[in-house]
Amino acid sequence: MLTYIIRRLLYAIPIILGVNMLTAALFFQINTPDDMARRMLGEKNVTVDAIENWKREHGYDRPAFVNTGASGTAMFTQTVFFQKSAPLLWFDFGRSDRNNINIGLEIRNRMWPSLAVSIPIFMAGLIVEIFIAMMLAYWRGSVLDLAVVVLSVVMMSVSTLFYIIAGQFMLGKVFKLFPISGYDTGIYSFKFLVLPVVIGVISSMGVGVRFYRTVFLEEMGRDYIRTARAKGLSEGTVLFKHGLRNAMIPVLTNVVVSIPFLFYGSLLMETFFAIPGLGSFTIDAIQSQDFAVVRSMVYLGSILYIVGLILTDISYTLFDPRIRLG
Amino acid sequence: MPIILATDLFVYLLVAAGAYFVVKTRGAGQAADVLRELRKRRLTMAALTVLAIYAGVALMDSVRWRDALDSDVAAGNNGRIYSPEALSLLDRALGGLRLAQEKTYSSPLASRLFTKENALLASGEVRREYAPLKYPGIHLLGTDKVGSDVLYMAVKGVRTAIIIGAGATIIIIPFAIFFGVIAGYFGGVIDDVIQYVYTTLASIPGVLLIVAFMLLFGNRGYQGGSVAPDDVVLGVFVPNDRLMWLCLILGITSWTDLCRLIRGETLKLRELEYVQAARALGAGKLRIIYAHVVPNLMHLVVITFVLQFSSLVLAEAVLSYIGIGVGPQTGSWGNMINTARLELSRAPVVWWNLAGAFAGMFFLVLPANVFADAVRDALDPRLRNR
Repeated sequence: MLTYIIRRLLYAIPIILGVNMLTAALFFQINTPDDMARRMLGEKNVTVDAIENWKREHGYDRPAFVNTGASGTAMFTQTVFFQKSAPLLWFDFGRSDRNNINIGLEIRNRMWPSLAVSIPIFMAGLIVEIFIAMMLAYWRGSVLDLAVVVLSVVMMSVSTLFYIIAGQFMLGKVFKLFPISGYDTGIYSFKFLVLPVVIGVISSMGVGVRFYRTVFLEEMGRDYIRTARAKGLSEGTVLFKHGLRNAMIPVLTNVVVSIPFLFYGSLLMETFFAIPGLGSFTIDAIQSQDFAVVRSMVYLGSILYIVGLILTDISYTLFDPRIRLG
Repeated sequence: MPIILATDLFVYLLVAAGAYFVVKTRGAGQAADVLRELRKRRLTMAALTVLAIYAGVALMDSVRWRDALDSDVAAGNNGRIYSPEALSLLDRALGGLRLAQEKTYSSPLASRLFTKENALLASGEVRREYAPLKYPGIHLLGTDKVGSDVLYMAVKGVRTAIIIGAGATIIIIPFAIFFGVIAGYFGGVIDDVIQYVYTTLASIPGVLLIVAFMLLFGNRGYQGGSVAPDDVVLGVFVPNDRLMWLCLILGITSWTDLCRLIRGETLKLRELEYVQAARALGAGKLRIIYAHVVPNLMHLVVITFVLQFSSLVLAEAVLSYIGIGVGPQTGSWGNMINTARLELSRAPVVWWNLAGAFAGMFFLVLPANVFADAVRDALDPRLRNR
């Protein structure tokens, strides 16, 4: 088991390096530091001196990958890539281009509001979706099943923007149940969190219910289920004792792969509800064209994705006895 | 003078593919089987009809030309001068709505403006009242803040949505097939390299890759609206189109799934009896790939295409909302939502802008979802036998 995990982690290293190189190429080669400086200082009437000055202040005045002016290891360390992109490998995010804030500190602070929104959405969504999907699997082929399937296709076809805008309007403005947006610290954040959580659960319900229904139905069509029925077990026992336990394997892996992304929050939710998390941090950086922040977030997102993949593979081996470690 | 945008080609290609399919169904081949499968359900055919109408609107909005300005200024020049505005067939057909410009908001089918303004009465006194509209009764969905017709703008969003939904996948299909097939068929180092590339690309969160890409490339070239002389190549073609960049990056982010599917299927196909038989008969590798492998992958391509269509349409709205989607000059539902985002918090609520955009989107995405399910059922033999 341990050797498997270690090997799986080693596989991740070239991918992480690749992501780092790719973001560096995208942000330093295609979009040169000169372009960045010009954007930051305003497009017009920028002198060459001002650009050089900005680059020096923000540490972009070195060559991109190889510094021919230096000797020895400094040839590679005295470059934009090594100074700006390589530190991401040891999670040193540096400072933002616009306000000179410490990105790593900002990420640590903003992580919690993101988690406060995304964990309840995720957990409540999961419970509701699995519950509905199990009911449908139990009464499959009935009018209820058909109605809910049709409803979930309809719900899938509605834009998330609609759920958010309509939800804020109906629950926030017309019925005045919750504050429309905002955030507070600690326990006081609760009243601000209800609305985004409700909307978040509803907006992902169509896709989720359909997915889990397919998973359960696929499981219910298997031979061992037929055997269980043939033994004379009741449909409820067959579904909950036999079907559900085996269907949990795909469900669990689907869950595990999304766990790292909970940190990341949701770009849309956080901007609409003015939650000071990582999503709104990213959106603000996009709108102010702060490439240092965007670069850090791209990198962080990739790392989380890779961690998710590794966790999925490990969880497969833990939960599915058919998969033996090779 | 005709103007062809790079993105128009996607619409032509899509329509051509549709026409090709219709021609194909006249025989007794696989296409006819698929159609028979699809026709079993009336719901599918209804969805297909709605989609065809949307595609027709997009096609009308993709045939455009510039009018010649035969003014005195032009006469002095050597040759004719063309208007910078390349109006499409749709713009011309809906000219009545496009030009019926009001001052500001008016509710659906209203005869007066939605907000009060000062009016000078005949007696000389000034009173605040709801001014009458210039074109009362023709705005089925009312007008927006600057007085444009909402129905017209919602219809203009169709082309953008269709292009994003279809174009992003069309653009990457050749690459996905090429890399997927050679990875699956040849294996070894080639396979490792290709797998490495797509795993790395897939690791970067799609939305952030899109953001980075659009911030870097999105501001170049044609942004929508009037056509600048610099944008036009050979007098008719606009190659650099912001919408095109958006399709490209959406394609790159969704490329990996299709490539992985194709690789897996190729791995399976190359061991099948008929491929081995072809090999035993002395067929070359390229011949096997071309004649035996690729045709048997096409169902994956079609399924991916229809399944991705609706999520791409929804993604366009979100991206335009964040401000990295299509340019503000290009009609799109995301842009409509973005401009109307605060209108529900006005004292008398202005709802028709949002309603127009969301309805336009919903009535495209719902049939697309229904149709995608039907196509998947018809093409996936595993599901069909059930």
